[in-house]
Amino acid sequence: MDFSLSEEQQLLKDSVQRFVREEYELEARRKLVASDIGYSEEHWAKMAELGWLALSLPEEYGGIGGGPVDTMVLMEELGRGLVVEPYLTSVVIGGGFLMAAGSKEQKTELLPKLAAGELKLAFAYAERQSRFDLNDVECTAEASAEGGGDSYKISGHKGVVFHAASADKIIVSARTSGGSRDADGITLFLIDNNADGLSRRDYPTVDGLRASELEMDGVAGTPLGQVGGGAALMDTVVGQAIAAICAEAVGCMDVLQETTNEYLKTRVQFGVPLSKFQVLQHRMVDMFMECEQARSMTYMVNLKVDEADKVEREKAISAAKVQIGNSGRYVGQQSVQLHGGMGMTDELHVGHYFKRLTMIDTMFGNKDHHLKRYADL
Amino acid sequence: MELAFSDEDLAFREEVRTFVADNLPADIAESVRRGRAIDKLDIQRWQRILFDRGWAAPAWPVEYGGPGWDATKRYIFDEVMSEFDTPETIPFGTLMVGPLIYTFGNQAQKDRFLPKILTGEEWWCQGYSEPGSGSDLASLQTKAVRDGEHYVVNGTKTWNSSAHVADWVFCLVRTSNEGKQQEGISFLLIDMTTPGIDPKPIISIDGAHHLNMTYYTDVRVPVENRIGEENKGWTYAKFLLGHERNSIAEVGLSKQRVRRLRKIAGEEQFGGGSLADDATYAGRIANVEISLTALEYLNLRFLAEEAAGRPIGPEVSMLKIKGTEIRQKLTELTIEALGYYAMPFEPEQLTDRWNEPPIGPDHAAAQMPQYLFSRAATIYGGSNEIQRNIIAKMVLGL
Repeated sequence: MDFSLSEEQQLLKDSVQRFVREEYELEARRKLVASDIGYSEEHWAKMAELGWLALSLPEEYGGIGGGPVDTMVLMEELGRGLVVEPYLTSVVIGGGFLMAAGSKEQKTELLPKLAAGELKLAFAYAERQSRFDLNDVECTAEASAEGGGDSYKISGHKGVVFHAASADKIIVSARTSGGSRDADGITLFLIDNNADGLSRRDYPTVDGLRASELEMDGVAGTPLGQVGGGAALMDTVVGQAIAAICAEAVGCMDVLQETTNEYLKTRVQFGVPLSKFQVLQHRMVDMFMECEQARSMTYMVNLKVDEADKVEREKAISAAKVQIGNSGRYVGQQSVQLHGGMGMTDELHVGHYFKRLTMIDTMFGNKDHHLKRYADL
Repeated sequence: MELAFSDEDLAFREEVRTFVADNLPADIAESVRRGRAIDKLDIQRWQRILFDRGWAAPAWPVEYGGPGWDATKRYIFDEVMSEFDTPETIPFGTLMVGPLIYTFGNQAQKDRFLPKILTGEEWWCQGYSEPGSGSDLASLQTKAVRDGEHYVVNGTKTWNSSAHVADWVFCLVRTSNEGKQQEGISFLLIDMTTPGIDPKPIISIDGAHHLNMTYYTDVRVPVENRIGEENKGWTYAKFLLGHERNSIAEVGLSKQRVRRLRKIAGEEQFGGGSLADDATYAGRIANVEISLTALEYLNLRFLAEEAAGRPIGPEVSMLKIKGTEIRQKLTELTIEALGYYAMPFEPEQLTDRWNEPPIGPDHAAAQMPQYLFSRAATIYGGSNEIQRNIIAKMVLGL
């Protein structure tokens, strides 16, 4: 049993920290978020150059062959920087699907590009009625005559698709058979972002990212993985995404905890620093404990996310997501509270982390969803 | 990072499991399972079995009769003890005064006291709190005045668990009023049969006699029973607070409680099914279980640090805060599971004198007393508010 980082992981951590320090001052981020595309192509190229995009991808396809703990280290530091580049959607999720289910041709074509920063991917799964149920899919796909049976026409609506506008290809869940909430009969497809029949409505999200509504009318798609086998695939890859996003949340929480702690020591009221008030000390201790509980669960889930036993793996994933939801909510809200009026300003970093933590709880099912899932397992 | 226990650790776990399965007396296990009070003779019987195997004091170094286990093995041992219905460890001897004696005591004191702590032959209690000194422990007033080769002790100690059955007490006494409060305190070991010591029961809200108020009137204590230097007692007491805190989270015990709670919820009827099927209730159990998992991994992180030779600082107070909160939550959920049958209150049901059928379900009798007494967990050992003060000051620098 060992929770320490390897030398490589420590170097990775240092390298991401340097990137965040140099590139992610709050003002620089503000400009990125307000820019046309909402992130920086230079950053993306740098992330490729530093090997981060290749980190979790297999060596035979131009990757480095790292595991969940490596991704965790990277995501935690990206979280500390509130980094907006589409790493999670492209590499963790997109790369995750390709690795788990891509054909030899798909892997050979796409994974090296992904590692080199020449390809971005998005994942379209949510629908208006689906809430957090990955298997509630009404988009349909029908085999089309053209393309010799390997081509499908996809129709329907997908909502809040993160980083769809910047993606070259989008992975879409659609129903090839079964009723609208059946686990069986869902298939994942790769579609091109400029495909005929696809229209996008792009918008910013509250945490400074970008997302889109997709309308598909007979969009050409190629199956990714087995036809009808999408549900199990999504369980696997979304589980990995949850493990990664937990680490991002820990990075966000740490920044809030540290800076709020510092603020209490410097802000003087009633002639003394706020840190002298016991009621605030105890609040701070509770925030600190939430951070440490969240970190413990993040280690746990990243060490168990590839666990063979399905129930144990799924319990680990849901338990961690509940913890992150609860801790993130507490640390975020209390950081705003303890900063008083300043915590309410757009100028201060606190609100931006608070917003990201709020959205992380929603991503891939919030704490209520995962609590129920945990209890049912 | 690596989660798995080593093959050696896994083999060790099996060894402990096999030993406990083969050697835990059935009548003791039955009493623990039913939540009965376990009396001194039964605890001594079990302690003796562990002693004969060399496992009486998991944290002690080999030279004092401990097994010399590392932190991981100690964790595994605690965990297996909770898997089975073994009696809870009484902390005062093996966890508290024992380590203090082998760390600060002289050779004569080690020779005199340690062997009988290990065998369980001599029972200890703690004389710290006073009616006027609770969280502000350093304000204690029980006086010890030198008279030749003795101290003469006068004062009142309170909340003394087990004082009515203990053979010895380790006691903080005031030997000086000079300087800071903390600098005038000495640490004495006192034979409970010394004339002038008078423990009186304090009945707690669970209706039981765990606690005592102990009066000391002209109690003569040989100077040789002082640990370390005069007026340095506070330092020794503080060492104790920081010692072997990893077990304080009581993760194993709480996991066992979750298993029992699930069983009870599965047996309690609700809306034609069982309470365990009720989404609201199941969600509440899930919430506690998730907190417990987080605590377990926090605990494992601390263990790994300790195993790597990096001693854990005051952040270990987190384990006390979270561990006790979870323990209370579990007893609370248990009495809620019982509905009306949490109400019948006949403490005799928990003794072996009881030979009538249970009132309501068989699993009900012990639960309310355990819920009630669990409220003490966030008060004793430095209240959880004091623990937060410690983290605020020592970890966060506030």
